Amino acid sequence: MTLPDLECTGLTKRFGTATAVDAVSFDVPPGSFFSILGPSGCGKTTIMRVIAGFLDPDAGDILIRGRSILNTPPNKRPVNMVFQHLALFPMMTIAENIGYGLRRQGMAKAEIARKVDAALDRIGLPGIGARKIDELSGGQKQRVAIARCMVLEPDVLLLDEPLGALDLKLRERMKVELKEMQAAFDTTFVYITHDQSEALVMSDRIAVMNQGRFEQMGTGRELYYRPETAFVAGFVGDTNRWHGRIERVEGDALQLVTDSGLTLRGARHGRALSPGGRAEIFVRPEAIRLTRSAGELAHFDNRMSGRVTALLFNGAASRVLVQAGREEIEVNLPQSGEFADLARGAEVHIGWAGDQGNCFAGTP
Amino acid sequence: MKAEARIGLILLLTPLLLWLSLLIVIPHIDMFLVSLRERVGVGEYRISPANYLTFLTEPLYLRTFARTAIMAMLATLITLLIAFPVSYYIAKMARGRTRSALFLLCLVPFWVSELVRTFGWMILLRETGLISTLLQWAGLADQPVEMLYNDAAIMVGLVYTSMLFMVVPLVTTLESLPDEVIEAGYDLGGTNVSVMREIVIPHATPGIVSGCIVVFMLSLGNYLTPTMLGGKDSLWFTELIYSQFIVRFNWELGAAFGFLLLLLSSLIVWGMLRLTGHTLERTMG
Ligand SMILES: Nc1ncnc2c1ncn2[C@@H]1O[C@H](COP(=O)(O)OP(=O)(O)O)[C@@H](O)[C@H]1O
Ligand SMILES: [Mg+2]
Repeated sequence: MTLPDLECTGLTKRFGTATAVDAVSFDVPPGSFFSILGPSGCGKTTIMRVIAGFLDPDAGDILIRGRSILNTPPNKRPVNMVFQHLALFPMMTIAENIGYGLRRQGMAKAEIARKVDAALDRIGLPGIGARKIDELSGGQKQRVAIARCMVLEPDVLLLDEPLGALDLKLRERMKVELKEMQAAFDTTFVYITHDQSEALVMSDRIAVMNQGRFEQMGTGRELYYRPETAFVAGFVGDTNRWHGRIERVEGDALQLVTDSGLTLRGARHGRALSPGGRAEIFVRPEAIRLTRSAGELAHFDNRMSGRVTALLFNGAASRVLVQAGREEIEVNLPQSGEFADLARGAEVHIGWAGDQGNCFAGTP
Repeated sequence: MKAEARIGLILLLTPLLLWLSLLIVIPHIDMFLVSLRERVGVGEYRISPANYLTFLTEPLYLRTFARTAIMAMLATLITLLIAFPVSYYIAKMARGRTRSALFLLCLVPFWVSELVRTFGWMILLRETGLISTLLQWAGLADQPVEMLYNDAAIMVGLVYTSMLFMVVPLVTTLESLPDEVIEAGYDLGGTNVSVMREIVIPHATPGIVSGCIVVFMLSLGNYLTPTMLGGKDSLWFTELIYSQFIVRFNWELGAAFGFLLLLLSSLIVWGMLRLTGHTLERTMG
């Protein structure tokens, strides 16, 4: 078995009485792209800063290729970090920025120049070494910041929401580029973000973090289709979400009545839920079929009819809001053209299979 | 440019231009003219470089001139060396209330007038002063120690007076350096020394240069501190100017001295800017 590049065990960091990181354990196999996904303030940056060595953990250990680095100062750790605001050195040229770490290692000038040129080629910006940082666009700065770390050939590269400052279009492109760069450099990336689509698109494995703890770890697919906690179900991907009381449980299937009086059938996927208890039910918009005639929905456990209250046009990801009873339900708009003339106020029927209704124990 | 905008600009600039011309340009032109006069009889003057020649031929004047320049530069350097760590601590290491408190501490001495402040140093340093008494009490000296009336006392006074003018620009520029950038320096393998030399100091250069210019000019033109703390042998150039104008009523020579001092400070400031590769616009902007 190969050793993981990075392994954290029981990592804990407290600020005063607040616990920012609470007994977090994970390992990252060599060459993989690992993401930590969580809302802002959940402790992601704190984990990064502990791994990079800017904060001392209160408990736990950090191992790089099997060796603890707790007693290694930040400038000697075989990890490098791409900072949230990139932190390029504005007083240096691009080549000096990329060569900074190599100069610190005492490498010969000619060798540094060669490596810097190679790195600039690698990131697709050849020949711009003599320019100043402020002459670069956001995406180019991004790549320079990564190249500045990668010339040092770190065992692990930490990236702290590096796309946060970019505009949407560029962010979409950089997602693909980052993934390609990771493959090209063949280095282990630990990437943190609050943006689920960044994590889902790029990562081999994702940890979902909430209030200092890891809620669930797995591939994007696992998190999306088999969330283990209500937080993950609500945080990863878009979803309809209702609170209610369980009426009946038959094996894995159950029936619940939402607070607004809607009777829904769902599945507990092995979780301990019993009649009379409070529960939360999550249904993804794409799991819901939209039709004009009730007959097509006969095979679904959940069927209802309602009126379209809003059309949320967003190209292929368009949705409609359907008012059924007192609930508004978000439903994917099929792209078949059948609904091209759907308008507000139209009568529609919706339905979904009971096992698509993912239920979790709820708070009373 | 629209007509109203131009009028607005003129209105805005008028006070500044008036101030500059009335208080700075005109007096200096007048001083220059006075400095070129030579008295040949009662109420009779002619234009000649005699005053400047007097300056060049009198060793006391020349020596005082050079001494003042060197001492002012030294005071600037010492102020920088003390102010930089202080500013770095205030800007980058202290947090919240500590930071404001420290900054305020730098400001406190300026609540009292320069005269009182300098007098405070006299109380501390004189023969019967606090430090002398303490030294005797501790058995480190067996007789009263006089620490006043020498160059070291002047230096202490100048550095103390100038500190704030160095700390403010330094704290401002250091604050504008994101913590992330310093951390990136360490993350990429930098040591304390190299991060300081390659990242912090280059970033702080505009603050260092503007602080040095202000402190140098203040020290060079200081009158009170050298007069009160300095002894018979530590003459300051401003004292020469004062004595020509007020004691000897020799306005012509005094004006020449004043003009030479202006020339000297301009020259040294220009040299400082050249040395650091900065332009005045970039430093002040
Ligand atoms: N230096 C610090 N001192 C005190 N509290 C901090 C410090 N840094 C972070 N925190 C707190 O720790 C929690 C986690 O912060 P952070 O790791 O920055 O979150 P994220 O990066 O996920 O947005 C926050 O509640 C924040 O207020
Ligand atoms: Mg953060």
